[in-house]
Amino acid sequence: MGITAAAARDEFQEELVIRPLHSGDIYASFQFRTLWDTDFLQEGQKVSHYRLFPKSLGQVLSKFSVRELHISFTQGFWRTMQWGQPFIPSPPGAELWVWFHDTVSDVDGNWKELTNVLSGIFCASLNFIDLTNTVQPSASFKPLGLGNATDHRFLRYATLPREIVCTENLTPWKKLLPCGSKAGLAVLLKSEKLFHSSFHSQAVHIRPVCQHKNGLDFAKILDAPSFCIHLCINCYLHLFTEWSLFKMFSRTLTEACPLATSSKVYVDITDNPEGELFELSPATPLLSQAVVLGDRRTYSVFDLTRAETFGQLRSLNLLLRWKGDGGEMLRPLLHAERYVAGFGLQTGEIHTVIYNNHPYRAFPVLLMDSVPWYLQLYIHTLTVTSKSRDNKPSYIHYQPAKDRHRPHLLEMLIQLPPHSMTEVTVQFERALLKWTEYTPDPNHGFYVGSSVVSALVPSMVAMSTNFTQDQPLFSSFVPVKEESSYFVRVYTEPLLVNLPTPDFSMPYNVICLTCTVVAVGYGSFYNLLTRTFQVDEPSLPLAKRLANLIRRIRGVPLLT
Amino acid sequence: MAAPLTLLLIVAVTIRAVLFRSSWAELISERVEVVSPLNAWKRVVEGLALLDLGVSPYSGDVFHETPFMIYLFHFVVDYAEIVFMVSPGLVFCLSRFLTSLYLFRKQKYALESDRYPADCLELLRSPKEMFYIPLKVAMFYLLNPFTILSCVAKSTCGLNNAIIALFILCTLKGSALLSGILLALATYQSIYPLTLFAPALLFFLQRLYIPVNLRRSSFWFFTLQYAFIYVGSLVVITGLSFFLLGSWDFIPSVYGFIFSVPDLTPNIGLFWYFFAEMFEHFRLFFICVFQINVFFYTIPLSIKLKEHPVFLIFMQIAIISIFKSYPTVGDVALYMAFLPAWSHLYRFLRNIFLVSCVLLACSALFPVLWHLWIYAGSANSNFYYAITLLFNFGQILLVSDYFYAYLRREHHLTHGLYLKKKDGTEATLVLK
Repeated sequence: MGITAAAARDEFQEELVIRPLHSGDIYASFQFRTLWDTDFLQEGQKVSHYRLFPKSLGQVLSKFSVRELHISFTQGFWRTMQWGQPFIPSPPGAELWVWFHDTVSDVDGNWKELTNVLSGIFCASLNFIDLTNTVQPSASFKPLGLGNATDHRFLRYATLPREIVCTENLTPWKKLLPCGSKAGLAVLLKSEKLFHSSFHSQAVHIRPVCQHKNGLDFAKILDAPSFCIHLCINCYLHLFTEWSLFKMFSRTLTEACPLATSSKVYVDITDNPEGELFELSPATPLLSQAVVLGDRRTYSVFDLTRAETFGQLRSLNLLLRWKGDGGEMLRPLLHAERYVAGFGLQTGEIHTVIYNNHPYRAFPVLLMDSVPWYLQLYIHTLTVTSKSRDNKPSYIHYQPAKDRHRPHLLEMLIQLPPHSMTEVTVQFERALLKWTEYTPDPNHGFYVGSSVVSALVPSMVAMSTNFTQDQPLFSSFVPVKEESSYFVRVYTEPLLVNLPTPDFSMPYNVICLTCTVVAVGYGSFYNLLTRTFQVDEPSLPLAKRLANLIRRIRGVPLLT
Repeated sequence: MAAPLTLLLIVAVTIRAVLFRSSWAELISERVEVVSPLNAWKRVVEGLALLDLGVSPYSGDVFHETPFMIYLFHFVVDYAEIVFMVSPGLVFCLSRFLTSLYLFRKQKYALESDRYPADCLELLRSPKEMFYIPLKVAMFYLLNPFTILSCVAKSTCGLNNAIIALFILCTLKGSALLSGILLALATYQSIYPLTLFAPALLFFLQRLYIPVNLRRSSFWFFTLQYAFIYVGSLVVITGLSFFLLGSWDFIPSVYGFIFSVPDLTPNIGLFWYFFAEMFEHFRLFFICVFQINVFFYTIPLSIKLKEHPVFLIFMQIAIISIFKSYPTVGDVALYMAFLPAWSHLYRFLRNIFLVSCVLLACSALFPVLWHLWIYAGSANSNFYYAITLLFNFGQILLVSDYFYAYLRREHHLTHGLYLKKKDGTEATLVLK
């Protein structure tokens, strides 16, 4: 394996998708993908020469025998009803799910070490992930890459809804890119503007895929998978009638990353076929059509590998000016919400509402709920109602929580009737924790991670199941297995639940008072058990007692 | 006698039936004073639902009942209310037996013998007084608000009380076999009735005229027999529980839970706040101290009260109810039902007014302060904890007061009622 051979085996693509929304907002999605022909688990041949693939993650993969790794850090909540479906969804906070190889003997040990290593790599507090917030979903989170073994003992899923994303997380993330933040699309990732958005999410997805080179047969390549690392940043910015790349990111694009085989900017112009809604400059003749999320969209493409894209000034500053008011946005077909009902600090109810907006098709969804152990769920109170009628789930997998060891896991397959709202309710009781188990701000409340709703939604438009090299990255993230439906994952809001608190200033007082009451009991019983009743003879005063003493010495009768 | 008792039964059943059907039933079954994580009905239903889902009820931390309860309720879950109404009835049967057989006999014997000094006649109870004791005991149990609340909440504490009542019944009847089996069942349900082994043993020894002398072989012979029955039935019951779910999971879930107190849900006991505020370093030490506290009064009390095993049973039940890890008002109601049997001690009680005021006030304040803490948010946990402390303090005073009165009456029975000092003036009696 010479260096030239190795150089040909990995490739890097980057793209930026900008979707202008009707309210003047922008959805910008950066995707950076590195494909590398290698097998981290090969016996006897340790991978040591890294070129485009980040070395830190490669070492992590081989050390912990990881097959797939998906990690995301999100600030804000994606409002599906107003903004549509994101290309790659993510829940608020941090989320990490990993498929290990089936050669691993101690999955929990590997998981613990992996979370600590990732915590160091991304400067995040992923070390708070431990067995009390890790679950093993049995049906959701099937492998996104190659995988025939689906034994869920090798899957671990954890989420930290409280985790905050900031510049400290962005910097190590940018270091994973081949060009860093020096060239290509990554120059736009400046934290001052990026974190001004309503929604910001950065994710890393690593999985084994088949190499789809032209003309090569599928089956021959199965035993030599390549690894694909997909880094994406989604952000959602509020802007006004006119925006430009410079206004959004305080930078313009000057060159493509020299290591990238393709570097493109896509702007969604589907809603603007005649140019009546907005005006995009500089104009570009390149157009591309893609079917993404069940919808056929048209994009203007700016190819950064071509010099003429940058024009005279050698910099690309996309400008978009809104002309008219926006029209209707396509309603997403699947949408979910969650909230806590009830009052007081003793009990409560979790309500998850799932909307199916398809006019005539019913489809099943898989709902996964992971509730921390200190909210004791009562599964006999679980009710699922659609259109005010009982809707019994066809598959329920419930693993009850063990106090201080593992959380509740509830997975259900629910059939959603067309154009309906389905409500799932379950009652819970709040536990009183030991005083050391509360966070420093206990009255803020405790977070419950988002529910995950996964479904194959029927598509209005036929999807293509062929993979080509020219397909934009955002439309080929999730493999499409059939033409008539596409995979969607919706995350609900995380919940904030208050627990009753003891008085934190009182440990010594409580110990003293309780021990006093116990001692009162002990004392009374001790007295009654060891003493006997006697007639009370009054004792003589001191003077008479002294006189008696002298009399006893003298041998004279005593006083009484 | 039969007519008032029947009337009482009808009134008790009516009250419970009315409350079962009203909207109060749900409210009562959520009260932390009435149900605990060990015996809540909601958790029994949850355990059965988990079993239906194919998951072992002991895999989570919600269900802490013994497999015997699963067996029982699997079949009668639809008739649960009837089951819970029958159990106080069993206690009521006990009351009849307790007084009619035991106390009557003892008093008759006492009257016939001339053991007592002449002036003690007024200390002894006449059959006329004792005639109404069964009715009073039944009334104290069936109409006690604590029992009614416990029954309406469908807390399995009522069933545990019924088993203990049956055990006492069989002991007083003299059947060692049944008594041993029932005691094993009561111990299997919650560990604490283990301490009732000593009073039951003492009762049988007294009944069979075997002196309690460690050097006598007859004493050891009977003790070993009774212990064998008890331990044997315990082993059999535990073995049968294994076969229900095919695993020993229930042992850490039930007995490990009772001993290690992981769940800190507030209740009327002393454990929850103590361990919520405990430094982690000392947790194991204090768990051991508190659990030993329940068991270690057995030997000293048995030595002091070896002639009076029935009072010893009352004392043991009271100590268990106060110091156990998850007490509820149903446990309190059980030993309170015995109080009319000692109504003759009234003249020697010192603090009865204070104690009854404290207990009444605390019972009224529990729901108020709970509401203020959990729902209104204007109080905090210290308020509820304070009332817990006061309630337990009141109970301890009550029990030790009755103990004092009992010992004093025994002293008077042997030394005469009106005691005189050496110079002939009236004497006072003190503990020295």
